Amino acid sequence: MSEKKEIQGAASFDLGAFLTKYSMVIALVIVFILFYFLTGGRLLYAQNMSNLLLQNGYVLVMACGMLLCILTGGNIDLSVGSVICMVGGVAAVMINNMGVNIYLTILLCLVLGLAAGVWQGYWIGHVRIPPFITTLGGMFIFRGIGRLVLDSKTVPVQDAAFLNIFTAYIKIPGLDTDTRILSPLVVGILAVVVIFYTTISSRANKAKKGYRQNSAVTDFGRSALISAAVLAYCYLLSQYKGISVMLVWVVVICLIYHFITSKTAFGRYFYAVGGNEKATQLSGINTNKVYFIAYANMGLLAGLCGLLCLARVGSVNGSTGTSFEMDAIGSCFIGGASAYGGSGTIPGVIIGALLLGVINMGMSIMGIGDSWQYVVKGGVLLVAVIFDVVSNRKSGK
Amino acid sequence: MADIILEMKSITKEFPGVKALDDVNLVVERGEIHALIGENGAGKSTLMNVLSGTYPAGSYTGEIYYNGELCQFKTLKDSEAKGIVIIHQELALIPLLTIGENMFLGNEKKNKKGYIDWDMTYNEAEKHMRQVGLNESAQTLIKDIGTGKQQLVEIAKAFSKNVKLLILDEPTSSLNDEDARMLLDLLIEFKKNGLTSIIITHKLNEIIYCADKATIIRDGSTIETLVKGVDEFSEDRIIKGMVGRSMDDRYPAREHKVRPEIGLEVKNWTVHHPLYHEKVVDNNVSFKVHKGEVVGFSGLQGAGRTELAMSIFGRSYGSNISGELYLNGEKVDLRTPEQAIRHKLAYVTEDRKVNGLILGESIRFNTTLARIDKVCSGGVIDTTAEKNVAEEMTVAMGTKTPSIEQKVGNLSGGNQQKVLLGKWMFTEPDVLILDEPTRGIDVGAKYDIYCLINQMVEDGKSVIMISSEMPELIGMCDRIYVMNEGELKGELDAKEATQEQIMGYIISAGEQ
Repeated sequence: MSEKKEIQGAASFDLGAFLTKYSMVIALVIVFILFYFLTGGRLLYAQNMSNLLLQNGYVLVMACGMLLCILTGGNIDLSVGSVICMVGGVAAVMINNMGVNIYLTILLCLVLGLAAGVWQGYWIGHVRIPPFITTLGGMFIFRGIGRLVLDSKTVPVQDAAFLNIFTAYIKIPGLDTDTRILSPLVVGILAVVVIFYTTISSRANKAKKGYRQNSAVTDFGRSALISAAVLAYCYLLSQYKGISVMLVWVVVICLIYHFITSKTAFGRYFYAVGGNEKATQLSGINTNKVYFIAYANMGLLAGLCGLLCLARVGSVNGSTGTSFEMDAIGSCFIGGASAYGGSGTIPGVIIGALLLGVINMGMSIMGIGDSWQYVVKGGVLLVAVIFDVVSNRKSGK
Repeated sequence: MADIILEMKSITKEFPGVKALDDVNLVVERGEIHALIGENGAGKSTLMNVLSGTYPAGSYTGEIYYNGELCQFKTLKDSEAKGIVIIHQELALIPLLTIGENMFLGNEKKNKKGYIDWDMTYNEAEKHMRQVGLNESAQTLIKDIGTGKQQLVEIAKAFSKNVKLLILDEPTSSLNDEDARMLLDLLIEFKKNGLTSIIITHKLNEIIYCADKATIIRDGSTIETLVKGVDEFSEDRIIKGMVGRSMDDRYPAREHKVRPEIGLEVKNWTVHHPLYHEKVVDNNVSFKVHKGEVVGFSGLQGAGRTELAMSIFGRSYGSNISGELYLNGEKVDLRTPEQAIRHKLAYVTEDRKVNGLILGESIRFNTTLARIDKVCSGGVIDTTAEKNVAEEMTVAMGTKTPSIEQKVGNLSGGNQQKVLLGKWMFTEPDVLILDEPTRGIDVGAKYDIYCLINQMVEDGKSVIMISSEMPELIGMCDRIYVMNEGELKGELDAKEATQEQIMGYIISAGEQ
């Protein structure tokens, strides 16, 4: 039977497969258009579009780390919200109460986040305590430490140098003046050049080696669509304050993790462990280390998020970061990561986070309350995963 | 006038784009054992799924007459109500529940108040267990009994459903020869009491042993039905029907060119159970393999062969491992599978789906997994190089697939095995341990695997072949070691070895 299925699988490489593959992109576009009309076009105001990525920047950064955890077998890290509170609290106290040098503070806080990750990674990877339990414990422990450090107060941070590292808008002398911001456009054009250069060189490489490749229409069409989106976004940014440093942080993190998961041997091990841990072990791969790195890395990224959140909000208190982990986990699953591990991509996760972000923002603009936003977010998560499971079942995987 | 219990008439079943069954006819008489044979993918399981109602009436064309009555089963429950019970290859038992709980799962024995009556459950369960000769308490957990007994539990479960027509899909694929023989004898015993069985199997000797008739299916069509005592009823005859050509030599010829150099040598190897440290799994085993030699390991299941192989392969099994290991005459201490791979040792697992392959990933992904550094520079994967090696390996192994991006889970068993072999050939091993390399794959694919093994030893590699099929060992090996209960019991020259001799070593070992 199975051999016949193969033939069938090869033959059905058509519109249906395309729709399944890009279903979440299509969903994002539809939701976007829907809210565009529901908000009477206000969604697309430059200020809102700029804020869309800044508000959700911390989600994107966390989701990159969370994807690695989920890849290892649908395991999640519940403690990230608490780590954000702990690291944010330590940073705020160091800067505000103790006046420590901000660069030293940032370094120590990243180390603190990493240490929290290493602590959990050790129990999960080497002692094999179930991740759910370990990180549930971490969720309480780090939240408690955070509150101890903050002494149950709200601690503000007004140090301009610190805020500038994370939240300032970039002004390039010569390009940007108070009335005219050109740098986003320059960056946008550069990005387009890079996108097309990559496409052309990859096609040339494939042609040289004699490999099968997608039709030119598909490849260049995709590049053109991505370029158009990037350019449009950059244009909007140029209409409102320009590029934020926060945005640079987020984009760089996403690119790094996309590279790790898609191009490196170590990135591949996460997929292998989630696909079949026993087989991976017998292939000579240290699976303990894979788990360890996934959670240690998550701690590091949560630490970075703690700093990003502190800078964006300007203060931290004992409930900062509450349920942030759920946004990250939700983004991963909406973005097509498998709840059983072994599949999922960074671009998918970005789409998932943006989808949640657009829904949040659209409903906020419409003046719909928090409570309804929760209901809708939960519904979207469920629908996305149901769609994923059902469409996989149909194609017999 | 023959008493026909089941007649399936011109059954045609189509999946989108493919005809799985094309005008298939099957006639089964009451009280016979009817074998259904064909290569993997021929349509045997599809036919049985049509019969049992797994594919509901209406999704296929053709008619099913059971006891002379036209049947249109919509679900499995409909066919079970008529006494047709199917036992699948993968046993559907839950390890952490008791035998009794498993037997009445979904069909619980309840008292008047609607609670489960455990006394009745276990009493009934033991009654059916005695019918199949299983002397265990019904309160034993499934995980605590062997696969052979688990198979018996499945049959007892069928009896609890008042079975009239029993369908067994590869019932012996995970059993050793002894358990398999017991199971077949049991079927013959039931036949005397009027039970009709349909048995799907790849093991032709079993068909010769127990079946009255054999229907051969090839590419979704019935080719012929052979009747014992009327037609020629031999393995060669059946193979001819299955593959459409006669296969005179089931094992490809090889010039035996064993070199004097020793590829792998193990001295006084002792392995303890990973959880119960005092239990000895392999006791003081010493053996060697020359370059260019195929050495077989025969024995019953639980003889400690797989455990021996895995403990050698970077201590991936067991605890308190002691003994000496030499590769190319050099003493080595391999503590992890990674070190074993670096020392050019490969272990091809007996369980490709659980321990070997990542089914949700592509052929390309699986091929390079064990030595991905070979297609990396600075930890970054060279996609082009990776595709190249995957393509080359697919060609070299003769894997049939539309593309190297095909998910391994969608391939047939034989092709999965070829991908698995390719994965380990990619590590460029000097010594290969092949654990049951032809389990559950069809005759044609088996032949391909044998040819690959011959190619390996021709290139000067050492091959250790663990197999439960004695003819395969005799046909393929230069020397054969026989193991029983964790000890090496004998060594035979394959040219002179017979199945009786090997059995003799195993049995005499048991008597000691």
